[in-house]
Amino acid sequence: MTMTRRHLLLLLPAAAVAWESVLAGTPEDSPNYNRTDHWWGMLIDIPKCIGCGNCVRACQEENDVPDGHFRTWVERYHVEDWNLTDPQVISPDGGKEGFPVATDDSGKYFFVPKLCNHCADSPCTQVCPVGATFITPDGVVLVDQKYCLGCAYCVQACPYGCRYIHPEKRVADKCTLCYHRITKGQTTACAENCPTGARQLIDLKNPKDPIHEFLKTHNVQVLKPQMATGAKVFYNELDGSVR
Amino acid sequence: MSIFKDAGHLFRFAALFVIAFLVFLVVRHYVVPKSFGKYGHYRAAAMDEIAAHPMKFAGHQACEQCHSDVAATHASGMHAHVNCEACHGPLEKHAEDPSSVTPKLPDTATLCVRCHEASAARPKNFPQVKSAEHSGGMPCQTCHNPHSPAIGSGAAAGGAK
Repeated sequence: MTMTRRHLLLLLPAAAVAWESVLAGTPEDSPNYNRTDHWWGMLIDIPKCIGCGNCVRACQEENDVPDGHFRTWVERYHVEDWNLTDPQVISPDGGKEGFPVATDDSGKYFFVPKLCNHCADSPCTQVCPVGATFITPDGVVLVDQKYCLGCAYCVQACPYGCRYIHPEKRVADKCTLCYHRITKGQTTACAENCPTGARQLIDLKNPKDPIHEFLKTHNVQVLKPQMATGAKVFYNELDGSVR
Repeated sequence: MSIFKDAGHLFRFAALFVIAFLVFLVVRHYVVPKSFGKYGHYRAAAMDEIAAHPMKFAGHQACEQCHSDVAATHASGMHAHVNCEACHGPLEKHAEDPSSVTPKLPDTATLCVRCHEASAARPKNFPQVKSAEHSGGMPCQTCHNPHSPAIGSGAAAGGAK
């Protein structure tokens, strides 16, 4: 379609109205929620994950994630004996419908659920040229989809591959740690629907959160610690072969 | 006297700068969103917009308010840590309007094996069966009550109660 002067004149008021909503924003939805009281993250308890894919399906339902794109996904690792640098990793459709039955009993298997690490010093927020992605005062990395241009710098910057360009909105999309749920006192959709408790929402600023005791008494690791991203998704019993 | 002879040129030039700066301030006032920069280099209102998204999963606390009988069976069984919507699907709409939005009964033929089909990849201590050999094609709920699956722990035949 070519843009005529008439089209442009018709579009201008619409654009003005759209911009007005960007300028004004919406009123606060959770009046009792104080952002400075929280510092959110997640605990992934690898030995508990059974690879059912419930988290992936729940995330897609909760957040209208388009098919073929993932805010969270599950990888299955198969490590033969000592061969740590060459694990076999599969993630059919992000593990959404579970995994094929494994019959080869050699080596070790484990599942690694992945999602945005909600890094305290995130590379993705640093590269955004327009201030459309940011870390909130309560420690959640979000995308302002009204502001995002869809340049995909952040998609390239994320060391964990957690971002994608939404095929219809043409803007960056990613895990919000179910910000619309956690600000209302609920847990995330993935943690709510994990049947074994392998995923748990944690609040590092809450002194009563059992995560503090857990971190002191377990072998916990973050992904790619050498990137110094300040990742806040903690993995219990993470194998050395996980990349 | 002589050094200020052509100063008028400079004043005009300076005035242009001042006007341009004022225009910049006015445009900036109208173009930059009100909440931009409140917490950092971003639009603070975006947080509230994202927080205002509707939920699809109501959370097990909402289910237990009405279904206290099932919740009691469930809490005493092996599936106590499996939340309602993990099997029943997203039911926020049902929680808001229980009479007109009714949930579909999950199909145990596909549901149970997602977690319990035997696979070398699953943790060894997790209960698993080869479904074809285990039940001979009978539906799982013939023997097991999904809300409290250990045999003998609750009424099974006739479906979940």
